[in-house]
Amino acid sequence: MKDDVLSIAGLELKSRLFIGSGKFPNNNLITDIIKASESQIITVAVRRFDFENPRENILNFIPQGIYIMPNTSGARTADEAVRIARIAKTSVGTDLVKIEIINDNKYLLPDNYQTAKACEVLSKEGFNVFAYMNADIYAARDMQNAGAKAIMPLGAPIGTNRGLKTEEMVRILIEEIDTPIIVDAGLGKTSDACKCMEMGCAAVMVNTAISSSPNFILMAEAFKDAVIAGRKAYLAKHGAVSSAARASSPLTGFLRD
Amino acid sequence: MSFYNEIQKYKNFDFDAFAQKVSENDILNSINKKNLYEYDFLTLLSPKAITYIEFMANKASEIAVKNFGKSILLYAPLYISNFCVNNCVYCGFSTSNAITREVLTFEEIDANCKIIAGYGIRHILLVCGESRIKTSLEYLKKSVGILRKYFDAVDLEVYPLGESEYRELFEVGVDGVTIYQETYNEKLYKVLHTKGAKSDYKYRLETCERAGCADYRNLNVGALLGLDNFVSEVFFAGLHAQYLRKNFPHAEIGMSFPRLRPAEGGFHPKVEISDRQLVQAMCAVRLFINRVNITVSTRESASLRNNLIPLGITKMSAGSSTEVGGYVKRLKNSESLSKGQFTINDVASVEDVKEMIYGAGYQPVMKDMF
Repeated sequence: MKDDVLSIAGLELKSRLFIGSGKFPNNNLITDIIKASESQIITVAVRRFDFENPRENILNFIPQGIYIMPNTSGARTADEAVRIARIAKTSVGTDLVKIEIINDNKYLLPDNYQTAKACEVLSKEGFNVFAYMNADIYAARDMQNAGAKAIMPLGAPIGTNRGLKTEEMVRILIEEIDTPIIVDAGLGKTSDACKCMEMGCAAVMVNTAISSSPNFILMAEAFKDAVIAGRKAYLAKHGAVSSAARASSPLTGFLRD
Repeated sequence: MSFYNEIQKYKNFDFDAFAQKVSENDILNSINKKNLYEYDFLTLLSPKAITYIEFMANKASEIAVKNFGKSILLYAPLYISNFCVNNCVYCGFSTSNAITREVLTFEEIDANCKIIAGYGIRHILLVCGESRIKTSLEYLKKSVGILRKYFDAVDLEVYPLGESEYRELFEVGVDGVTIYQETYNEKLYKVLHTKGAKSDYKYRLETCERAGCADYRNLNVGALLGLDNFVSEVFFAGLHAQYLRKNFPHAEIGMSFPRLRPAEGGFHPKVEISDRQLVQAMCAVRLFINRVNITVSTRESASLRNNLIPLGITKMSAGSSTEVGGYVKRLKNSESLSKGQFTINDVASVEDVKEMIYGAGYQPVMKDMF
C-alpha cells in the first residue's frame, strides 16, 4: 500500500481523493479541509478566480504543494471551455484542466459531444485534460482517443448526494477504458466513495458531500478513510461470492478420498 | 412557443376557491414532495400555508445550499438614463412626474464604472428607462462596451428589445436580461399601461424568450408585488421562471420579488406585502423550481436582507445608487439633480454587505463569470 501511487498527468499522487472547492461558506476553511482529507489535488472554477478581491479569491487559500486543477464550470460549448482553459493556464500557470461543459441548468448534466471536442483541442495544445462526462462507453473512447488523461464519469447528477447511480456504466468503463476512471459528482456518502474504489476506480472526486455536511472537517476525514479502505480492498481482492451458504464445518468434511 | 399561451390556461381559474380547499395535509404533502407540480406551488402560496413557513424555510435553505453552496453573488446597478416614454403610475420615471431628466454621456458612464469597480463589484446591471431616442440600441451597445472594460458580467434591465437587437447586444458582451412583467394580470396591466410601447402586454411577457433565443445566459423575471393579488402574481411569476427553465436549459433563470416602494408621484400599493409573505414567496419558489437564482435588492432593509441570507437567496445588490450616474454624485457628495427610480432602504457599503454575509456564515462572491 505504501508504494501505491496514482501516476497521472505527470503527477505522483498518494491520495486518491480529489476535492472540489465550491460551496463552502468561507475560503478559510479550504486549508483545514485539505488537511483533513489529505487530498493533494483541488479543483477550482476559473469563473471564481478573482484577483481584484483577495479575500474572495480562493486561489489565495490553497496551501503550497497542493495541485490546483482549474475547471471550466460555466462553459456551455467546447469553444468556451477552450477559452476558459487558456485563461486558467495564463492565470495560474498549470496545464491541468478539468473540462466541464454543461448546457442544462436543471440537472447540470455534462455534454459529452462538446467535451470530446474540447479534449481534442486542449490535448493538442499540451493541456493535461480530465474529462467530466456522462458515463458512456462511446464518449469515453472518444475522449481517450482525443488525449484525455482521465475520464471522470458522474455517479449521479452533480450536487445531489444521491450516490453511485451509474454503477453498471462505471463498471463497464473501468473494464474497457485504459485511461484512469475517476468518479466525479453525485457521491453523497463515504460508502459511495468506498464502493467506487473497491470497483477499481483510480480515484474519486467529492465536493457537495463534504460541503453540505454540518461538520465539513470530520466529513473530509471520513472520505479520506473511505477511499483508503476501498483502495485497500481493491488491491487485496475480495473473496468469491457464493449464492449458497458454506458452513465452516461442512457436512461432507469427513470424506477423505 | 410562448408563455402567453401557458398563462391563458388559467384565464378562468378561481384562486380564492382553490385556496379555500387547501388542507393542512395538502400543504405538508407539497412541502415533502421531491418534485412539485403547479398546484403544489399554488398550495404553498395559499394563506393557510403561512402557518408552515418554518418547514418551508428549512427545506428551501437545504435545497439552496445543495444547488448553490453557501454563497451570495453581489452586483450593483448602474442607472444611465431616466428618460422614459411610459406613464406607469407606480414608477418614479413616469412621464407625468416632473423630475429632472438626464442621460449619461459615455465619459460619465466610464467615471461611474470606475467608482463601482473600485468597490470590488464585478457583476453589473445596466438600467435605463424606455426611450429609443435618448437611449437607442447604438447608445446601449457603446455603453455595454464601456462596462465590459470594468466588469466580468453585464446584465440589462432596459426596455424590451427584439431578438436581433438582443443578439447585437450579446455580441458586444451582454450576458443576461432582467425584466419585470409588473403584473401578470393582463386586464390590470392594460389599465396601468395605457399608452406607449409598454402597453403591449404580450411583447413584454415574451421578452425573456427573445433574449433566450439570442443565447443569453441569465434570464430574470418577477412581478412588482403590491400591484395585484399576492398569490396569483407570485404563482404566474414562478410559472414563468419554470417555463423559461424548461425552454432555455442553457440559461440560468432568476427571480426577484420587488415590493412596491415609495417613488416620485406618491403612488401607494393596492396590496401591502408583509415580510412573512415575501419569505413565503421565496421559499415556495425555491421548493417549486430548486435551481433558480433569487435576487434581493437594496429596496429591502439591511436587517431583512440579513435574515433572508439563509433562506435561499443567491444574489444581492450592494452599494447601490438608483440615481442616474449616482455613484459619481455620491462621491462628490453633491446635491443630486434627479430623483431615483425608487427609494433605497439598505444604504450599506459593499464592504458592510460583505461583512454581513460572512457574519451569516455565507460567502460573498464578487465574480462568477469567466
